[in-house]
Amino acid sequence: MMSTTRIGAVMFKEFRQLSRDKLTFAMIVMIPLIQLTLFGFAINTDVRMIPVAVVDNTNNATGRAVLDTLKATQVVDIVTYLPDAETARQAIQNGEVKAVLVLPHDINNRIETGRVLGQWMVDGTDSVIGGAITALQSMPFTLTPKLANQQQTLATSQTFDITLYYNPSRRTAINIVPGLLGIILSMTMILFTSIAIVRERERGNLELLITTPVSSLELMIAKIVPYIFVGMLQVAIVLGLGALMFNVPINGSPIDIALGSLLFISASLTLGLLISTIAQSQLQAMQMTLFVLLPSILLSGFMFPYEGMPVVVQWISEALPATHFMRMIRGLVLRSAELSDLWKDTLWLIGFTLLGVLVSAKRFAKSLD
Amino acid sequence: MSNYVIEALNITKHFGGFKAINDITLRVEKGNIYGFLGPNGCGKSTTIRVLTGLLSPSAGSVKVLGYRIPEQSEQLRLNIGYMTQKFSLYDDLTVIENLRFMGKIYGLTGAMLITRCKDQMQTYGLDQLQHQMVKGMSGGQKQRLSLACATIHQPSLLFLDEPTSAVDPENRRDFWEKLFDLSENGTTILVTTHYMDEAERCHKLAIMEAGQMRADGSPDELMAKMGVNIVEIKTAGLRQLKATLLANEHIRSAAQLGVRLRVLVYNHIANPIDWLKATFPALQNAELTQARPTLEDVFVSVTGASRQ
Ligand SMILES: Nc1ncnc2c1ncn2[C@@H]1O[C@H](COP(=O)(O)OP(=O)(O)OP(=O)(O)O)[C@@H](O)[C@H]1O
Ligand SMILES: [Mg+2]
Repeated sequence: MMSTTRIGAVMFKEFRQLSRDKLTFAMIVMIPLIQLTLFGFAINTDVRMIPVAVVDNTNNATGRAVLDTLKATQVVDIVTYLPDAETARQAIQNGEVKAVLVLPHDINNRIETGRVLGQWMVDGTDSVIGGAITALQSMPFTLTPKLANQQQTLATSQTFDITLYYNPSRRTAINIVPGLLGIILSMTMILFTSIAIVRERERGNLELLITTPVSSLELMIAKIVPYIFVGMLQVAIVLGLGALMFNVPINGSPIDIALGSLLFISASLTLGLLISTIAQSQLQAMQMTLFVLLPSILLSGFMFPYEGMPVVVQWISEALPATHFMRMIRGLVLRSAELSDLWKDTLWLIGFTLLGVLVSAKRFAKSLD
Repeated sequence: MSNYVIEALNITKHFGGFKAINDITLRVEKGNIYGFLGPNGCGKSTTIRVLTGLLSPSAGSVKVLGYRIPEQSEQLRLNIGYMTQKFSLYDDLTVIENLRFMGKIYGLTGAMLITRCKDQMQTYGLDQLQHQMVKGMSGGQKQRLSLACATIHQPSLLFLDEPTSAVDPENRRDFWEKLFDLSENGTTILVTTHYMDEAERCHKLAIMEAGQMRADGSPDELMAKMGVNIVEIKTAGLRQLKATLLANEHIRSAAQLGVRLRVLVYNHIANPIDWLKATFPALQNAELTQARPTLEDVFVSVTGASRQ
C-alpha cells in the first residue's frame, strides 16, 4: 500500500533541504546561465565581417549594386576579388577566405526572370559561418533603393544560391540551444538524484530511514518529484534565454514542449536514482554520472549528427535518454512538430522512466546486507 | 504469540568469513528494559540490526512482537522505534521539522501530528529549541531529539543503540528517567551500553563479548551466580603483586583501584582471605577485606579473551 502521507513527508523534507543547500541551488540556476552564455559565443548568429572574396563576372552597375547591398549588411568583409570559381575554391581550401560570392555575367537577365542572382561557396566546417552566410540567402535586394515604396522585390524569395563545402548537413546554430537543454538537463538531473540516496547513506540517515515504514517505491518517487520542478525551472531558463539572447524561435506548442521536457527530466532523474542505488559514496555517484554524461554529449546527436554514426554507435546512442530527447526537442522547438508525431521517442522515455523507478525500488532493498 | 516481545534463538551473523555474532539466544519480556553490555566490536549493533530486520541472520530464528524477522520486517516497522548509534536525523532540518517528518512517516497527520510533536517537545525539553537547526545542537540535545523522534508514534518496542555515548552524567541520569517513564507505560526497551552504571539500571542484562553472549539475567542474579569471591587488598607494591596473583590458577582476575587491588578468587576456595595469606607470603602484613560484588566484577569475570 502506497501512502501519500509518507511520500509527501519525504518530498517536503527534500524541498526543505534543497532550499537550504545554497550550492545546489546556485547550480540549478547557474549551470544553465553559464552554459548558455558560453555556448552563446558559438551560436551568436550575429556574426560580422566574415572575410570573403568575390568573383564578379558582371562588370556592370547591377553587380556593383549587389555588392554594395552586401557590404551594407556588414556580415561580410570583401577582402579580395578573384578571377574565377576555381581560384575561389582554392582560396577557401587554403583558408584565406571563409566564403566566395560568384556573380554570373547574365545578372540583369536573372533579375528579370526572377532567378537567384549569384552563388555563395561557403566553408561549412564552421557552422557559425555557415549559418551567417545562409542568412544572407534571402538578402533583400532592389535596383532602385531610393523609391522605397515602389520596391520591386525579387520574384523568388532567394537572392543567392548557397553551396556549403565540407559540412553539407549544415547544422545551424539554432540547433544548439534545444540540444544544450538536453545536455544541461542530463548533467544536473542525473547528478542531483544520483547523490540523493548515497547522501543519506553517507550522512547516516539511511539506517534510520529504512527502519521506518516508508517503502522503497515511496522513497524513490518522493526523491525524484522535487527535482522535476527544478528541471522545469531550468527548461524555462534555457528556452527563455535562448529566445531572448539568441533569437531561437519556439515554434512548437508550449504544452508539448513542457510535456516532452517533463518526460526527459523524469527519465534522467530515474537514471540518477538507479546510479544512487548502485554507488556506495557520493564520489562514486559522480563518477558514474560522468560515465553517462560523456556519451550523452558525444553520441546523442548534440555534437555529431546521429545519421553519421556507425550502426553500433547508433545502438549505444539509442540507449541514452538524451538521444531521444534531442530528436524530440529539436522537432518540437524548431519544426513545430507535435508530441504525437514523435510517439516513438515519447513512448521510449515513458517506458524508460517506469522501468527505471521499478528497478531502482527493487534494487534499493531496505536492508544493510 | 509467546510471552516474549523478542525471541531470538541461536542467531548467527557472518560477514564473509567473520562471525560478528555467534549463536545468540535472547528472550525479552514485555515492559522490560533489557541491556546489552559489551566492549567495542562485540556485536551489539549487529544484534540490534538483526532484530530489526536490517540484516538477515545467517542462521537462527527471530521473532519480534510476534512477527517473523526478516520476512515480516515491514509489519514490524510500524511498531518499533529505533535510535541508531550514529545520530541519523537530518542536521539541515530544524527540531520541529525532524519531528514532523518522522511523525508523518509513521502515518500521523493533522491535529494528531501537531499534538504529538508538541507533547514530545515538552517531554524531552525541546520547546525552546523548536526552530533550532540540528547542526549546531549539543550531544545531549541531539540525543533527546533522537529519542523524541523514535517515540513519536508511541511504539511498543524501542531499540536504543548506545543512546548516551555523547552525553554528560547528569543528562544521562535524566535520560534514564525518561526511559523508566516509557517502561512504566508498557514500552519494552532494548538498550546497548558500555557503562556499568547504566547496565545496573536495566531489568535484565546480557553481557556480550566477541560476538557471543557470556551471561544474562537480572543484575542481582548475575552478581549472585558469578562464582567468585571478592577480596580487596591494601598494601604497597600493587603492580608487582598483581602480576604474581594473576599467575595463580585459582584467581580469576585482579584489578587495581587506586591504592587497593580488587581480586576475584574462584569460590571453590572456601575462605579466600586465609587462602590468600597462606598462598602469598607477601600478603602477611597487608589489609585484606571481603567486598560486595558489583556488575563490573561480573563483567570482568565472564569476559576473558578479548577481541581486538
Ligand atoms: N557490514 C559489516 N561488514 C563486515 N563486518 C562488520 C559489518 N558490521 C559489523 N561488522 C563487524 O562486526 C563486529 C561487530 O560489530 P558491531 O557494530 O555489532 O559492534 P558493537 O558491539 O556495536 O561495537 P561498538 O560498541 O563499537 O558499537 C565488528 O568487529 C565489526 O567490524
Ligand atoms: Mg555498536
